[in-house]
Amino acid sequence: MIINFLFAAIKAGCPLLFGTTGEIMTEKSGNLNLGVEGMMFMGAFVSFYTAYKTDSLALALLAAFGTGVLAAMIYALLTVSLMANQNVTGLALSIFGAGYAKFFGESMISKAGGSPKLSESFIKSISEQPLPLLGDIPVLGKLLFSHNPLVYISIIIAVICTIYMSRTRAGLNMRAVGESAAAADAAGINVYAVKYIHICLGGGICALGGAYLSLINGGGIWNNSNVVNGQGWIAVALVIFAAWNPAKAIFGSLVFGAFSVLQFYVPRNIIELPNAFYVMLPFLITTLILIITSMKKTKKGVQPAGCGINYFREER
Amino acid sequence: MNNDVMAIELKQITKSFGPVVANAGIDLSVRQGEILALLGENGSGKTTLMNMLSGIYKPDSGSIFINGKSVVINSPKAAIKLGIGMIHQHFKLVESLTAADNIIMGSKEKGLFLKKSRAEKIRSISRRFGLEIDPLKKVHDMSVSEKQTVEILKVLYRNANILILDEPTAVLTPQETRRLFDILRRMKQEGCAIIIITHKLNEVMEISDRVTILRKGQSVATVNTAETNIKELTELMVGRSVELSIYRPEPEYDESLLEVHHLTVADEEGFETIRDISFNLKKGEILGVAGVAGSGQKELCEAIAGLMPVKKGAILYNKENLIGKSPKEIINLGISMSFIPEDRLGMGLAASLSLVDNLLLKKYYQGKGPFVRKKEARALARRLVEQLDIATPSVDAPVRKLSGGNVQKVLLGREIESDPNVLITAYPVRGLDINSSYTIYDMLNEQKKKGVAILFIGEDLDVLLELCDRIMVLCHGRITGIVNAKEVSKEELGLLMTGAASDRPDLQEGGNN
Amino acid sequence: MKDNAHSIKEPLMRVVKKAELGYTKTALLSLLGLAIAIAAGGAFILIIGHNPTDIYWSILQGAWRSKLAASGTIKIAIPLLIASLGITPAFKMKFWNIGAEGQIIMGGIFATYFALFWAHLPHYLLLLVMFLAGMLGGGLWGLLPAYFKTKFGTNETLFTLMLNYIALYMIKYLTEGPWRDPSSSGFPKIASFDKNARLDLIFGVHAGWLIALILTLVMFIYLKYSKQGYEISVVGESVNTARYAGMNVKKIVMRTMFISGAICGMAGMIQVSGAAHTLGDGVAGGVGFTAIIVAWLARLNPLIILIVTMFFAILEKGSSVMQSSYGLSQSVSSILQGIILFTILGMDFFTRYRIVFRKVRKKL
Repeated sequence: MIINFLFAAIKAGCPLLFGTTGEIMTEKSGNLNLGVEGMMFMGAFVSFYTAYKTDSLALALLAAFGTGVLAAMIYALLTVSLMANQNVTGLALSIFGAGYAKFFGESMISKAGGSPKLSESFIKSISEQPLPLLGDIPVLGKLLFSHNPLVYISIIIAVICTIYMSRTRAGLNMRAVGESAAAADAAGINVYAVKYIHICLGGGICALGGAYLSLINGGGIWNNSNVVNGQGWIAVALVIFAAWNPAKAIFGSLVFGAFSVLQFYVPRNIIELPNAFYVMLPFLITTLILIITSMKKTKKGVQPAGCGINYFREER
Repeated sequence: MNNDVMAIELKQITKSFGPVVANAGIDLSVRQGEILALLGENGSGKTTLMNMLSGIYKPDSGSIFINGKSVVINSPKAAIKLGIGMIHQHFKLVESLTAADNIIMGSKEKGLFLKKSRAEKIRSISRRFGLEIDPLKKVHDMSVSEKQTVEILKVLYRNANILILDEPTAVLTPQETRRLFDILRRMKQEGCAIIIITHKLNEVMEISDRVTILRKGQSVATVNTAETNIKELTELMVGRSVELSIYRPEPEYDESLLEVHHLTVADEEGFETIRDISFNLKKGEILGVAGVAGSGQKELCEAIAGLMPVKKGAILYNKENLIGKSPKEIINLGISMSFIPEDRLGMGLAASLSLVDNLLLKKYYQGKGPFVRKKEARALARRLVEQLDIATPSVDAPVRKLSGGNVQKVLLGREIESDPNVLITAYPVRGLDINSSYTIYDMLNEQKKKGVAILFIGEDLDVLLELCDRIMVLCHGRITGIVNAKEVSKEELGLLMTGAASDRPDLQEGGNN
Repeated sequence: MKDNAHSIKEPLMRVVKKAELGYTKTALLSLLGLAIAIAAGGAFILIIGHNPTDIYWSILQGAWRSKLAASGTIKIAIPLLIASLGITPAFKMKFWNIGAEGQIIMGGIFATYFALFWAHLPHYLLLLVMFLAGMLGGGLWGLLPAYFKTKFGTNETLFTLMLNYIALYMIKYLTEGPWRDPSSSGFPKIASFDKNARLDLIFGVHAGWLIALILTLVMFIYLKYSKQGYEISVVGESVNTARYAGMNVKKIVMRTMFISGAICGMAGMIQVSGAAHTLGDGVAGGVGFTAIIVAWLARLNPLIILIVTMFFAILEKGSSVMQSSYGLSQSVSSILQGIILFTILGMDFFTRYRIVFRKVRKKL
């Protein structure tokens, strides 16, 4: 029971982990991109369409990633080069992305003459399978090593991003840009390049979360009504919960995922709480974290100081 | 050491920000293995000039030669590549990172990963130069002098052979200053070219080989340090006495209106920007305040206006203590403060609002009903435009479209129209042409005759000498003298300003920026 | 003079700040931006194989083709207009309230309480109470982040974003729990409002349109001529200047956010009472986010907000004919919205900055 619950929590948290990791990369370089929802939508459609046409998981993921990069590039062009308001641009991207997925999704449906379905072989390639050897370990084998491939990818990406941010030179430069673009610039870092790269990378990772939603959660059928369904926004919240650290985001997405499936696992006869409470809880906790970190003056686990501010060197 | 090759050569550098010309055709050169002091009053264009070497600004015209080669410096990155390192007055550090990370960020080293040993490496470099630093300490936990040490190490780490320091000693204790100078001397011996911006003349004499003096965006002279003295430098910096013939009515009253007792003000970091100052301001007099930039002028104004918390002391207005009163209450008592910051718009004006709206700023809430009474303000705006000859497309145009001089007329006009009893005005003629300046002096004198007590914070010593009745000199947050304007000479003021007239060594420590 | 081999090349172009533009020039540039934006949308239509003028024309017609369609367009416009007006004072103060969505919901919830449990009140009294309750709900939801912002400096963008979800799940809770309609079997929902609790129709559309229009005028006057509106402008311009003028900045921020939230709450009340006649989790339906874009594009001017809102409403409603006429998804409106927004946001750059191209360097 508990294992089933945790297993389901990991599944539910995985798309959030992609979105959160992507948004952390973006915010750490000093840009608040509220377009996560839109980029996930675009990733969801493009990956599904590619899988539908090619039956290749690798191509589907690559296509989703590439689309996310392109979508984020629009955002980067507008906010970094053209210095447009970050909030508004991100919201516009969210609207655009949702429209994009629904528009092309519908034309895909009408061309296919009905709901397009992914091939059996493809569904098998993304099904949950115990890993050889590791999957045979009792309890842990089921819990940790019997997932679909995207779960592993999401965790690997989060781990790589953590190491990248804290241990590499490029990661240090990126953190410097996010905290103070002026200081980074004075230290000889190409602020614009760093921002473009991380916004685009972040967008690509977010889009993989969309791919997860359409390929795994959709059960092989394209859901045109609302494939992402607010998960992108939850990812933005998770960034705060994870204190801008992808490693903590792994844990955070598990928590958020757990709350979203908790209602199906809580024994009704023991605890009687409204379902809505469980899904609301992550947001309540996140809000509390937001307040508490602002009350403390430690400046740990807070949004990068340069987030939301566009940089123009000659500004006096 | 090849002393013939100029490490830096600037030719006819010009840079303006909108209508303000910050640098006008400046020439400057530094040899390898030489320390040049860049001397000048605030607003004389020193920092702007240096920012063009460090790649922050781009010159409008003129050319830069580094080691004899013509270069274009597009970015700080390009400057670093040329071996130029600048230590800015406002440190360019990332607060949430450690010292070590601040030093190595952006450096062009091989390797994907940060080395665990980086802290050790930084520590050994700092030891080599005799600097004390904990490489793992976060910048936001550091004192100002520690932060500066990090900035210095940043430059050393990048092997810069051209070093620019913008007022480096302002935040240092005498011991730290000595250590900094030792480092500079060592770097000089290694053939580095060093430019140091400073106000402190004794330091100029101590450390530099040559001095270039800027005044009002122009380079007025370059002298060999060995062949000059503090008096001559002061004269060059402040300019020779000019006959301005500002009309100065005799004060008609002799009662004290505002008394400041043992006032001490500290900034957020606990640094004392005003230290135990006491003075009084009489009805119908103009008390001038002289001092190099950042001697506590701004803090003094803000403390009186109730905008800055006071650490110790009292400010009495008609025997009533102002401390603890809200800015609004202080305004209602008839104490008006106007401060023209360097960007001219920072405080006192709302840049995108119209002239009419800006005139309303301190009295918009008056009158019954929920609406702002614009009619009277519009009439006032029209009158002021005419009276003060303010050039504006219309009274409804946003004030940021006005040129600096016109903005200042609006600001001072508003304060005077509010019929104050005490008028505090900081830099009201900053950047103005002669005629506009005289309009402003006339406005002030008119108020003086009406019995208003005026605190005039100025930059131009000639103006202070001719306009004011008494002059109070601030140096590093302390009063170094209150003198009768008719009896003091410009040189004497200059010496008081730089603290050189004082034999009290404690004045040498601290200061602020 | 010959450039030395070691010297660094000047970049092809660089950005410099522009001198202030006059009103006319700014307006012209904005119109040019809009034209380019519509052209960019047209390019997209061309790419997917249709004639842009045909499509734009049928969108325009589609929004007004019948009385029903026209009233549909206006129904889309009402909450968008009100919410955009709600956002405006907050944004003018540079308080990034992206919580309109949640404030709309809270307004809807508070109003619904009276619609469900006080339905016996006289009609107009009931509507008035619902109206005030809606404003109170939205207002409190706006006040909360303002309080923490002024007290601790809590980031308002993220805070208001979180509150959107908390509000949304409150609806879920009410729907599944205390307010669940016992007579509905199966899917939980809240009962439809009593006739008494529904907004009256005026010219075939619920009275919300009249309220929205009046509000547009009120906000225009409030922001431009009132003392409070003046304070908002000054605080948004410079907190230092506001303090210098003796303003109580904290009080102003909290008051303004209460008003901002209250107006959004009003939109929520009008949605439940006028359009949906019940409370569902689609009460805000993204309007709170679109409103931010509308307010921003209109440069926070209430009268222009009215125009931009109509533009968006026509685009959205008119696109509903795309399916029947061209076999295109209705979502084409979102794509076109996105493309137009991107273009206008990008074009805005040219009103503030200009690009200087490298000159051929003169010989010295």
